[in-house]
Amino acid sequence: MSESLRFHFNVDGSNFTTAGQASVQVKKNLRELGIPADAIRRVSIAMYEGEINMVIHAHGGEADVVVYEDRIEIILNDHGPGIPNIELAMKEGYSTAPDNIRSLGFGAGMGLPNMKRYTDKMDIETELGKGTKITMCVNF
Amino acid sequence: MNTYEHSVSLDESRCTGCTTCIKRCPTEAIRVDGGHAVINSDRCIDCGECIRVCQHHAKIATCNKLDHLYDYKWRIALPAPSLYGQFEGLEDVDYVLQGLLDMGFNDVYEVSQAAEIVSEYTRLYLKTEGIKKPVISSACPVIARLIALRFPYLKDNLLPILPPMEIAAIEARKRAKAAHPELKDEDIGVCFISPCPAKTSYVKNGFGEYKSNIDLVVSMSDIYFSLLNLMSRDKVPQPVSNSGMIGISWAASGGEATAIFNDKYLAADSIENVVEMLDQIENGTIPQLEFIELNACTGGCVGGVMTVENPFIAKARLQTLRRYLPVSQNFLTDDKKYIPPEYFFEDIPDYKPMNRLGSSIGESMRMMSDIQKLRDGLPGIDCGSCGAPNCRAFAEDVVKGERSLESCIIRTHRIQNGEPVRKFDPSERKEDGI
Repeated sequence: MSESLRFHFNVDGSNFTTAGQASVQVKKNLRELGIPADAIRRVSIAMYEGEINMVIHAHGGEADVVVYEDRIEIILNDHGPGIPNIELAMKEGYSTAPDNIRSLGFGAGMGLPNMKRYTDKMDIETELGKGTKITMCVNF
Repeated sequence: MNTYEHSVSLDESRCTGCTTCIKRCPTEAIRVDGGHAVINSDRCIDCGECIRVCQHHAKIATCNKLDHLYDYKWRIALPAPSLYGQFEGLEDVDYVLQGLLDMGFNDVYEVSQAAEIVSEYTRLYLKTEGIKKPVISSACPVIARLIALRFPYLKDNLLPILPPMEIAAIEARKRAKAAHPELKDEDIGVCFISPCPAKTSYVKNGFGEYKSNIDLVVSMSDIYFSLLNLMSRDKVPQPVSNSGMIGISWAASGGEATAIFNDKYLAADSIENVVEMLDQIENGTIPQLEFIELNACTGGCVGGVMTVENPFIAKARLQTLRRYLPVSQNFLTDDKKYIPPEYFFEDIPDYKPMNRLGSSIGESMRMMSDIQKLRDGLPGIDCGSCGAPNCRAFAEDVVKGERSLESCIIRTHRIQNGEPVRKFDPSERKEDGI
């Protein structure tokens, strides 16, 4: 299937109050496409966690959601510090979020694990000092 | 859903074709076409927001007229608790109930009474093992329908107990038959006095397989003056009221939630807040809670569009009214500490994505792609002159073939003047990613 549809978002890293809005919007768009409800939910949770991560750790970045007829790809790109130890970062409960963020209830160390749990496939490409690219896929 | 009977309609003669309602409709269900508003019934959720904002009173809630009452031999009034907040200086609910009896009703069954029973059931239900939490209130029909149609993942969170008005109707019928065994089913007319069109629609359509036990719905504002005239302060009313603080408090946001006697609750009201809450519950970004009360109207049922008084004033009056009342007057006796099966609704209307563009995912994708392209060539000022609430909705209408591109007068005007159609870089302002 060659046809695809792309939604593009600039995730603003300087404004914490707007974090998470792209995922709400993606949900609306996917509903209009008639994507199954369960897939929409998984995409929006994975997207939400990814967006929050980009804002907390990487001063924002870019998010692309590409819809195919049988799957949805989420591509998150940032130019942040990179992830030094992916295995550790994937552990539930492990977090490097600063205290001021934790006071809002974030930083529970569930971001990446949730992204993996709610998607069918997740790839992390990261380079210290350069940035991180996460590609996730939800089949339906 | 095409067979769904709505309770919000348009009086064309009053509609000026202004853009107030199209901008305020939470589901973008209204367009202005041919000089007046047109409601898309597939999208309408009967929230009543358009009735609230229309300055020309062109949007109307369709209810029954009180005359139909006399189609029945035995007439029962079911006053919603919000009714009690409509009267200045009211000291006792009995004055309202007596007024209803004097109006021609044979009996009155307070919805607040059934609400106290629903609170008892809810406390029991919350202790049931294996239920999905947080439990979301199903008393506001807009919420129940929104969940069924737009948030199917949350349908198991919905409190599966009939709303107070239905339980009141069932109980009122039982009482009538017990007192007057000669009455046949068709002799009894149960009339709900409603604060909002959404409850009216619930009565007309039921919920899933459940069919309402209410026969007539009259609007609170329709009977207000005649009731007020009958409420004499000189005559001591019959002491028929049988509800306490809990039942009365159900009329305003937070009333139902506080009655679960547990601090792990949340109560949100007004349609924008409610939709945002549902999104957050679905995403799991809320604290651990037992119960969530959601009301589509600001302030709860006292904010319904068929009420007379400002919701905050009504709420303040209810606080005075309930001051010396017992906490509750309706309890489950020890031998009846269970929820009767007939008070559960099992079936929930089918999930049908209300905003789906095309009939298949492939078709929808092509349409959205066309919308993306089209939108970059629109002014992006969301003026509403074309009859759609914003440029994005206009692009959607054009792609669906429901509106011509020429009906964007700003675009036409700017092209004629040789100006750029869009005065900002289209790639900058795309909060919706499209």
